[in-house]
Amino acid sequence: MSENNNIEASQQETNDDEIKSGFYEIYVMGKRYKVPIGMTIMKAIEYAGYQFIRSCGCRAGFCGACSTVYRKEDEQKLNFALACQTLVEDGMYLVQIPFVPASKAKYDIDELKPEENTILSIYPEIARCVSCNTCTKSCPQDIDVMMYIQNALRGNIQKAAELSFDCIQCGMCAMRCPADIKHYHVGQLARRLCGKYLDEKSENLKVRLQEVLDGKYDKEIEELMTMDPDKVIEKYKSRSIEAAEEGKA
Amino acid sequence: MSTTSKKRKEIKILEKSDGKLADEILELSGENVYGCYQCGTCSSGCPFIEEMDLTPDEVIRFAVLDKKEVLESKTIWLCASCYTCAERCPRDLNITKIMEALRQILLRKNIDETQITELTDEEKKKIPQLAFVCLFRKNIG
Amino acid sequence: MAITEALGHKLIEMEKWNCCGVVASLTSDDLMHHLASIRNLIHVQDEGEDKVVVLCDMCTNTLKQTNLRVTESQDDLETLNEFMDKENEYKGNVTVIHFLEFLRDEVGFDVIKKKVKRPLKGLRIMPYYGCMLLRPAEVAIDDPEEPRILADLIKALGGEVVDTPYKIECCGSYHTIDQKDVTSKRAGKISTFGVDRGADCIMLSCPLCKYNLDTRGKEAESLIDGYHQIPVFYYTQLIALALGLDMEPLDLEGHAVDPIKILKERGIV
Repeated sequence: MSENNNIEASQQETNDDEIKSGFYEIYVMGKRYKVPIGMTIMKAIEYAGYQFIRSCGCRAGFCGACSTVYRKEDEQKLNFALACQTLVEDGMYLVQIPFVPASKAKYDIDELKPEENTILSIYPEIARCVSCNTCTKSCPQDIDVMMYIQNALRGNIQKAAELSFDCIQCGMCAMRCPADIKHYHVGQLARRLCGKYLDEKSENLKVRLQEVLDGKYDKEIEELMTMDPDKVIEKYKSRSIEAAEEGKA
Repeated sequence: MSTTSKKRKEIKILEKSDGKLADEILELSGENVYGCYQCGTCSSGCPFIEEMDLTPDEVIRFAVLDKKEVLESKTIWLCASCYTCAERCPRDLNITKIMEALRQILLRKNIDETQITELTDEEKKKIPQLAFVCLFRKNIG
Repeated sequence: MAITEALGHKLIEMEKWNCCGVVASLTSDDLMHHLASIRNLIHVQDEGEDKVVVLCDMCTNTLKQTNLRVTESQDDLETLNEFMDKENEYKGNVTVIHFLEFLRDEVGFDVIKKKVKRPLKGLRIMPYYGCMLLRPAEVAIDDPEEPRILADLIKALGGEVVDTPYKIECCGSYHTIDQKDVTSKRAGKISTFGVDRGADCIMLSCPLCKYNLDTRGKEAESLIDGYHQIPVFYYTQLIALALGLDMEPLDLEGHAVDPIKILKERGIV
């Protein structure tokens, strides 16, 4: 989040008569700014003069750092979004949530068995779920959060992993839950259990790994490492884009 | 789960509160404790009577006399809400709801009876999930 | 499901459902704990049905009590519907019945009797009801003090009924987690009545009661001198055995107290 005391906003608070078309009014923690239409929330806050040193990451909707809580003027409902992905709207009241202090249980994935009660015994608080659906309503990725927690409670690890797949660990669900459930950690446990014990293993991967361990590619790698840089560039330019024939990989 | 000393301290603070127990119970449960005429039917049918420190009819008497020590009793947490007392009460008092009201007086002040982090039993893996849902619903606010 | 098909009926499994919450909210102002149940009833409504058959005793009790609360209080129903702004409104038209009610009222115990292939002859069974099916009286499926439904079922299956006064006592429910000795002693007390009257086994309908009487009952053997826990059956297991259905899904090996021995002794398996 921006450091207010160090960096001054380059835009002063606006007067009513200066509001031109082509600009929206937004409020960052209560202070009013006007920003050009068509920007994302993140860009708009930066336009207003703030510098993000927290609550900012990949800027591509994948890391979950820039969770934003906002309310529209004249509305009472709170909305949740990612600052780097959502466009500003007129009258948005914004605040960033850079960190969620959600506890994560310590476990050794190698010692766990994918049984019915496994997730429940590591995160017993999922039994407190009252099905209020606040988590689903807080998710910026439109995941059916309540359903995957219910599936984890029932012991359906695969369904929980499937439903929580798009989770980017932004933490909004855990912030609002009245039962103090840490949804994204539960989802991660489900996906880890599924990937390790329940999903089909890739046979091709096993074969390739064994080839590597047997040293099949050692000579090629050695050649490339000691090759003249110009020759490397030549080799790169003349590479084949199509898949190699069987046996020549 | 037994009461920890921290919880005892918090309950002591509650005892200094002004609200009369009977009024709070009425508001939370809709039941009027003054209707009890101490017949003892509830206690005779209660399955957990042997483990309790106060019997159910004593609990109601304490509530009528506004004795706040009732909030420290083991009884209100031993109650499993089996509804036997409520079914048999000749004054049609829903004692199950009265017990819940007493629990809620504590839970709503954030004084939980069970701490989730203290559950370490290996048996957690075998006990049906519904027992956990039930326990947390009753003992955590 | 196999049982219903064998009896000539069809039940459709729900596509979407969530945990009902196990206990109905007991305070006058607490509506949030009714949400889970209402959501399930909305799912039933959405799938175009108006009746739901519930397998678990505690769920039946919770769903019935919630249903009663919202049909009696229009205000509560409106508040709940408004809170769930993304779902359809619950109209209050769904009926909730327990599987035992289904077997008694819609199938009929005499129909079951006719379809029995392997009568449980010689097996002395103690019916155990617990709390949730019988109390509070507004949602009870049978008389709260003198229920007969399990006894009638046992007779239809060809078994002998052993009646005990503790058949309606609470098993201890969730105290199996935080005060398990209390539940062990309870299991001992309840089963002793049956043992003293010559029962071979217990038949019950609630999954938590089964865990308490079976697993905790076995632990009671170390708490009470000379006590031996008798095997505990879930009612559907005995129905399936009597109807001659496949024994594998019954998971008889998963019990804490071995039930197969007594079944062999009486010639049922």
